[in-house]
Amino acid sequence: MSDIAIEVTGLGKRYRIGSRAPAPRGRWDALRQTVGAPFAYLRQSLREPTEAELLHALRDVSFQVRAGEVLGLIGRNGAGKSTLLKILARITEPSSGRAELHGRVGSLLEVGTGFHPELSGRENIYLNGAILGMRRAEIQRRFDEIVAFSGVERFLDTPVKRYSSGMYVRLAFSVAAHLESEILLMDEVLAVGDGDFQKKCLGKVQEIAGHGRTVLFVSHNMGMITSLCQSALLLEGGRVAASGPASEVVSRYFHGERNTPYLVDYRSSSVRRGDDLATLLEASVRDPHGRPAADIDIRSAFTVTMHYTINQAVSIAPFPQIQVYDTQGACVFVSFATSTPSFRVDAGDYVATCHIPGNLLNNGTYYIGIALTFRHLGIHTSFIERDALAVNMIDPIHETIDEDRMGYGGIMIGMLRPKLDWTIEPTTK
Amino acid sequence: MNSSDSRSATVIIEPVRGIRSLGLQDLWSARELLYFMLWRDVKGNYRQMAFGPLWMLIQPLVMMLIFTGVFGTLANLPSEGVPYPLFTYVALLPWQFFATGTRQSAQSLVSQQSVISKVYFPRLIIPVSAVLAAFVDFLSSFVILIGMLLFYRVQIGWQVLALPVFIVLAGATALTVGLWLAGLAVKYRDVLLGLGFLITVWQYLTPVAYSATLIPEHLRSLYMLNPMAVTVQGFRWSLLGIGDPPGWPAAASGLLVTALLLGGLITFRRTERTIVDLL
Repeated sequence: MSDIAIEVTGLGKRYRIGSRAPAPRGRWDALRQTVGAPFAYLRQSLREPTEAELLHALRDVSFQVRAGEVLGLIGRNGAGKSTLLKILARITEPSSGRAELHGRVGSLLEVGTGFHPELSGRENIYLNGAILGMRRAEIQRRFDEIVAFSGVERFLDTPVKRYSSGMYVRLAFSVAAHLESEILLMDEVLAVGDGDFQKKCLGKVQEIAGHGRTVLFVSHNMGMITSLCQSALLLEGGRVAASGPASEVVSRYFHGERNTPYLVDYRSSSVRRGDDLATLLEASVRDPHGRPAADIDIRSAFTVTMHYTINQAVSIAPFPQIQVYDTQGACVFVSFATSTPSFRVDAGDYVATCHIPGNLLNNGTYYIGIALTFRHLGIHTSFIERDALAVNMIDPIHETIDEDRMGYGGIMIGMLRPKLDWTIEPTTK
Repeated sequence: MNSSDSRSATVIIEPVRGIRSLGLQDLWSARELLYFMLWRDVKGNYRQMAFGPLWMLIQPLVMMLIFTGVFGTLANLPSEGVPYPLFTYVALLPWQFFATGTRQSAQSLVSQQSVISKVYFPRLIIPVSAVLAAFVDFLSSFVILIGMLLFYRVQIGWQVLALPVFIVLAGATALTVGLWLAGLAVKYRDVLLGLGFLITVWQYLTPVAYSATLIPEHLRSLYMLNPMAVTVQGFRWSLLGIGDPPGWPAAASGLLVTALLLGGLITFRRTERTIVDLL
């Protein structure tokens, strides 16, 4: 019991949304509606709302977070993430259900809450700290740390309205990051500041998580979720759609209902994959140690394997191939096993392994299709399984930020993220 | 909260029906935040102004000059043997305290919505700090009053010891009205417009510009149910030594405010749980 930090059972939240008044018929009706509007408004807001006027932002949400766990909360806009966070932060009350939080709760739903533009940086540290729930003694104790972290020492006695937006946000994050709470609720606050500061923020969050504090983290940046969180919770339409290891939940998020397998055994499948020439037995994504894995570090090489049976000897060996798609369904690349021998092969079981180098794919989820094509009687594909496998490429930002990202902590766009050789030479003497 | 007791702290979140505790202990535990909020209101309001806090003093002074001109000189209203400027300034002080405190606390939830919707703390802090900020203004205007008392060579009697009671009554009345209206103002912004009107009417029902002796005898008890009439009369009695010491009507008025304040606290607690959804 003591090792559960947050326990949520059957949490629900209903909002009342107005229903529209019918459009007036004619001028007389319009006048009557205008005059009657206050009464209609009062009548509508005082009676019990009807089902049509209610919006269920959360329905029957239950989950547990162990002490020291970093849980990512993901979902599309309007899925109920913010509502859930607001309920846990006690900003609003649930309509049903119950949540128990064991330990002091700090919430960071926005940076700089309650900053007063006319007050100086120093004054705002105290004010903001107090609003976030810090004691004055606690703020005093950590004051130097907060200032040092924010890097605004020189402007401490300047009103914050004169700060650049970057300085403002840095100061605000610093105060919040030094909040000593056992449970921290965070909403996308990391998407602030320049690359250098983002790096510091990430490091800080990593540190917070490393100190046995429980963190509930909402983000739209899946790379961040997979690199910061052990587990994740996916909300869809106010309900928990999936929960479990972060990478699995993230790929579920990208692909809706579909599961994202990294090891598929077709032997047990009811439908046989293949034809009289060949049969697919198994396909997998494997880490550098040869173990089936859902998550691969973007820097490391990995393999895609397929086991198949060739049912009859053929004069020219068939070639296996893979197709790699991104989550939008665009093809990233296709690879044929061009190095297969072109002479005859016997019937029997084979395993084909495609070696994909590290530093090629970007972070995110990719779907891998596999196929086997014969060419002894013209081109003939024996089996093709589109999106048979999935792989989550993980960018551990806290590790890659220095060398690979040059301190930049934001989103690196593109289907690929190859590490290429560059040369830079002076052209002026 | 130190780390040893915070570890055992458990927060239970569930829908609350009916009346729950007034949360006064929450207010006490958040007293440091109350202090910072008050400090922010007081300090932040007067930044980057040439006259700064002097503005706090100007308003009652100008009102005093206007009242002295219109009611004291033109209408020649009686002032119970006290110079009219002093007579009205003594009343204007608690009145301004009440009017500002009421206005600020009633609109406090609406004006602080950006904070309320982002972080939790006992909501009661907001209207309470609004009333306290008005009290700080009151204190600075009080300095002028001391100057005037010296200038007119007023003999201060033992009744001055009762003054804090009337200050508390004015503050409690402001908080009561503020609490009742703050939650309502979130739902119906009409309330804030109506409030200005209410305060104007209320001022005429309070002997700020005129003497309570002008009220017919048989209406006096009813009139004195107005806690601000009690406050103003109390100020005049304890500082200037005029009028009767507060009697039964004043006590009844005090009880009325206490009851309404409790009701206001309960109402406020009921609305604060879902206030964010309405902002």
